[in-house]
Amino acid sequence: MSMIQVRNLKKSFGEHVVLQDVSLTVDEKEVVCIIGPSGSGKSTFLRCLNRLEKFQEGEVIINNHDYSNKGVNLNDVRKEVGMVFQQFNLFPHKTVLQNITMAPIKLLKMDKASAEKRAMELLEKVGLKEKRDSYPSQLSGGQQQRVAIARALAMNPKVMLFDEPTSALDPEMVGEVLEVMKQLAREGMTMVVVTHEMGFAREVSNHVIFMDGGYIVEENSPAELFSNPTHERTKAFLGKVL
Amino acid sequence: MVCVAVFKEIIVNSYPMFLLGLETTLRIFLISVSIGFLIGLFIALFKISTFKPASWLASGYVNIIRGTPFILQLLFIYTVNGFLFSYLNETWPTIFGDVDTRELSGIITVALNAGGYFSEIIRGGILSIDKGQMEASRSLGFSRKQTMWLVILPQAIRQLTPSLANQAIISLKDTSLLTTIGIGELMYQGSLVYAANFQILPTLTILGIIYFAIIYLLTQLFSLIERKVRIP
Ligand SMILES: Nc1ncnc2c1ncn2[C@@H]1O[C@H](COP(=O)(O)OP(=O)(O)OP(=O)(O)O)[C@@H](O)[C@H]1O
Ligand SMILES: [Mg+2]
Repeated sequence: MSMIQVRNLKKSFGEHVVLQDVSLTVDEKEVVCIIGPSGSGKSTFLRCLNRLEKFQEGEVIINNHDYSNKGVNLNDVRKEVGMVFQQFNLFPHKTVLQNITMAPIKLLKMDKASAEKRAMELLEKVGLKEKRDSYPSQLSGGQQQRVAIARALAMNPKVMLFDEPTSALDPEMVGEVLEVMKQLAREGMTMVVVTHEMGFAREVSNHVIFMDGGYIVEENSPAELFSNPTHERTKAFLGKVL
Repeated sequence: MVCVAVFKEIIVNSYPMFLLGLETTLRIFLISVSIGFLIGLFIALFKISTFKPASWLASGYVNIIRGTPFILQLLFIYTVNGFLFSYLNETWPTIFGDVDTRELSGIITVALNAGGYFSEIIRGGILSIDKGQMEASRSLGFSRKQTMWLVILPQAIRQLTPSLANQAIISLKDTSLLTTIGIGELMYQGSLVYAANFQILPTLTILGIIYFAIIYLLTQLFSLIERKVRIP
């Protein structure tokens, strides 16, 4: 069953066309990695998936909800799609526990006790149980990003989007975040990951997508795409990053 | 020695008037600054609203407050209230018979004036919050409005405590201008005292010390609050 369907997505900022014509299907439990040069539209594409950005043309259907439809309640659909940002974006005035329980309590109307119980399970999963009462500024980057993942998971999303989750981290912290993501992938979460971590893409993803100039230039299994890229631009890009 | 005796005499003879003035000043200050803060909050939200008429209205309000002198605002509101209440008084004498339009006008003026300045401070604070906060909150499913109240404002207000305190202190000092319409606040009581004893400089000095002391205490209180609400 397909979890995400994107058809002929077009997106521009004013005159500047950023997504020319993008179509993509992601099945349930699949992990798709998006790679490509800076400015190719990777973040914009991801942000169109949960409608943090409006788009001009095309369709986005997630878990059978049609986002492109004007009447749809974006806040409801966003509850099904978790997002993790490059800069973590935890709420600095809330403790770790409050960061995680806030949305379930306010939006899913969970009672505080069950929300906290669930939050502790998630913290255990990302290995940060003992940080429940810390504030984000008291955590390292890698810890903050793991809390951000737990915060997104607390809404029980059907899909998780990651926008360069490890790019803002010191090298020694990249591993701990990727480990959490791998675990999530093993548990069957549907994931779309924009990343520069080619090792992660190769190891975890079912498909790798190479984007350039607002198009999906090439899409293939990681083994194929990394060893036998067919397009010149893919070859040039991989030549630089591998 | 003579000097000390003069101060002592003024205080012994006139302390009830100073106390009355102090009480009135503090009452007007507390009421008008609280209302002013709420006005400031909503004007700031109006101003950044995507609904254009609301933002125009808020800009107009702030421009008028900033672009005219306090004393003119005071006399204007006092005069308008004069007309309004004499009309109301004729129509419903039992309800509006004993409204003190002076103090009411004073409170309204300080509140509206402080509101204008508070709103600019708060708006600046809202805009200074990283836009990643809005995105993270929206991506969890919160609406714009929920995000504003749960995520943006709590951070903005905490960070703004020093500027807000500063404006509160300016407003406290502005209450002394209410003396012009004869409100019995501290400045007014002081002027009654020196009009009777002709000791103008010593009396003004005592007034100065009282204002200084209140403002010192307020400053201490605000820095306590600031430390309490600071994000670790
Ligand atoms: N809010 C915006 N307003 C105008 N232009 C934008 C906006 N956001 C992105 N762009 C432009 O859209 C293009 C694609 O940006 P995007 O952030 O999607 O690229 P990216 O592939 O994620 O790049 P990077 O690897 O650097 O993150 C860029 O040319 C960028 O300047
Ligand atoms: Mg990007």
